[in-house]
Amino acid sequence: MTASSPSTLRRWLPWVLIVAAGLILPVLLPPFRLNLLGRFLSLGIVALGIDLIWGFTGMLSLGQGIFFALGGYAIGMFLTLDNLEPGKLPEFFDLYGVKELPGFWQPFSSPVFTFFAIWVIPAVVAGLLGFLVFRNRIKGVYFSILTQAALLVFFNFFNGQQKLINGTNGLKTSTAQIFGELVGSDLMQRYIFMITVVLTVAAWFLCRWLTTGRFGDALIAIRDDEPRMRFTGYNPTTYKTLVFAVAGGLAGISGALYTVQSGIISPQFMAVPFSIEMVIWVAVGGRGTLIGAVLGAVVINYAKSLVSEQLPETWLFIQGGLFLLVVTALPDGLVGWWRLGGVAKLQAMVGWPPRSPTYPALDLDPALRSEAGSIDSSAELEPIRPPGAQP
Amino acid sequence: MTSRPAPSADQPLLELRSVSVSFDGFWALKDLNLCLSAGELRAVIGPNGAGKTTFLDVITGKVKPTKGDVMFRGRSLVGTAEHRIARLGIGRKFQTPRVYQNLTPRRNLELAVSGNPSPLNLLFGGLDANARDRVQHLLGVVGLEPYANQQAGGLSHGQKQWLEIAMLVAQDPDLLLVDEPVAGLTDEETGRTADLLKQLSGDHTVLVIEHDMDFIRELDSQVTVLHEGHVLCEGPMDEVQSDPRVIEVYLGVETDDLESVEDIE
Repeated sequence: MTASSPSTLRRWLPWVLIVAAGLILPVLLPPFRLNLLGRFLSLGIVALGIDLIWGFTGMLSLGQGIFFALGGYAIGMFLTLDNLEPGKLPEFFDLYGVKELPGFWQPFSSPVFTFFAIWVIPAVVAGLLGFLVFRNRIKGVYFSILTQAALLVFFNFFNGQQKLINGTNGLKTSTAQIFGELVGSDLMQRYIFMITVVLTVAAWFLCRWLTTGRFGDALIAIRDDEPRMRFTGYNPTTYKTLVFAVAGGLAGISGALYTVQSGIISPQFMAVPFSIEMVIWVAVGGRGTLIGAVLGAVVINYAKSLVSEQLPETWLFIQGGLFLLVVTALPDGLVGWWRLGGVAKLQAMVGWPPRSPTYPALDLDPALRSEAGSIDSSAELEPIRPPGAQP
Repeated sequence: MTSRPAPSADQPLLELRSVSVSFDGFWALKDLNLCLSAGELRAVIGPNGAGKTTFLDVITGKVKPTKGDVMFRGRSLVGTAEHRIARLGIGRKFQTPRVYQNLTPRRNLELAVSGNPSPLNLLFGGLDANARDRVQHLLGVVGLEPYANQQAGGLSHGQKQWLEIAMLVAQDPDLLLVDEPVAGLTDEETGRTADLLKQLSGDHTVLVIEHDMDFIRELDSQVTVLHEGHVLCEGPMDEVQSDPRVIEVYLGVETDDLESVEDIE
């Protein structure tokens, strides 16, 4: 296959777009737009985790908000403590009559601890939750319900604990300073944007590494037929726990990046609709494609912010419509549709003959085409393979 | 799985001791006794609802016996998790072909051939040349070489059956439990399957469940007849076929279709 063949182009075009965007946009975009893009890109990381557990392993989690918010709280607590004068308590503690810093806050004054806490704590929480669920062989829709229930438990807990983490008000990070610069300042936001780009790409490489080799085969095998895996000597519980923990860690990183770019972490990050939206990004972008998860998160959120600026009431309808469109017409999401030659099919649909690489007379013969079409549609089209995975 | 103890001559490889299984008061297996010696090829037949599949479920750990014990190399399997039983050297082929639809036949086999099923091994350990050769060889044996790199979900029923048998062989278990291997196969494929299973016995112990009497006859092995959850009789095919009790259960008695107990999971 030459470098210029259409399928190579199809495969690489999204990447070219992303790299170009990462390099050009910080210069072109005004700070406000750049900040929005950075936020949405960081949401791409949590979406990558969802693709890993849902797209590849077949576990639909509706509770990724838990891990997302845990990462956000970790960085939020650090920034709150880092900006205190020695011996003082965060302001809100005075309001509720708390005289002493709660014990679990203490380690977050250390930047090193926080650096690890952002991803290790969500990963461990996800691992524990996952282990209990998977060991009891809870799967499918029961797993989804359980994760959503867990999300509600966390939401209510964080919402009600004024004396521990400022409850429903959350922690403000935009007015905190780091390296002598306000976190919310334009300069700082530009750096954070670049960090976000780097981490998103790194997260993609991690997920790709996990999904292309034999480990990835095992994940797909678990999705396809879990009992078969067991009778071959594999313990699916180990695999599912591991991959769920990785997704949790990614969600934590995503949450931390999102927090420093949106300026606040509050229990709203654990709201039920938000976690469902995460799943929609992945579905629209394309399950099991990795890049689709990132694109889905960025494109949908950007569209949301643009639409909401003009017509605040309509976004939910558009989002619902988009989800319906994907479920009914594009089961593989936008990226899956693209990879399966969706553009050519669309061209053919409107009667514009697609380019023919071999014998135009044969390839474009209507009778032969309809025959090929019936073969195509009867074959199972499940492109749940990452790019370049075929040996 | 290098530390398997060598089977001693007098000890049976697999022994079921008065195993009974109750599903909410219905006895799928009743006081079942069965012995398999190492290297044996054994066929198990029986009318629908005789408990054939439950019998495999009990051995592989999917169903826990209500009473009785299952011994493999003198070690009880009761209460052991399925994947641990598999690692002890018991492999199973399901009644309907079960392969990983979204993986290629090659990758299906590579998962089965892997000696160490830990995630770390799959992430960091490559497949050694020996295992690759085995995969390639098995692809040739089951005639799937031309399809090696396309998704297994697109294979025909017979090809999936053969792929699953190849996966079982790749796993290289000491005991192969094969549930209806020739269902939906052509006569020629059936003959080749019988040859393959006969070849495997000797090095391996093979237990085959089948409805196809011609196939059983081709296997030319000891036959165990199950009826209503216990062993009705045992012996060579000719002897079994002329046994009046066997004729009665196959022709004379109406049985309920209880085969659907399989695979509710």
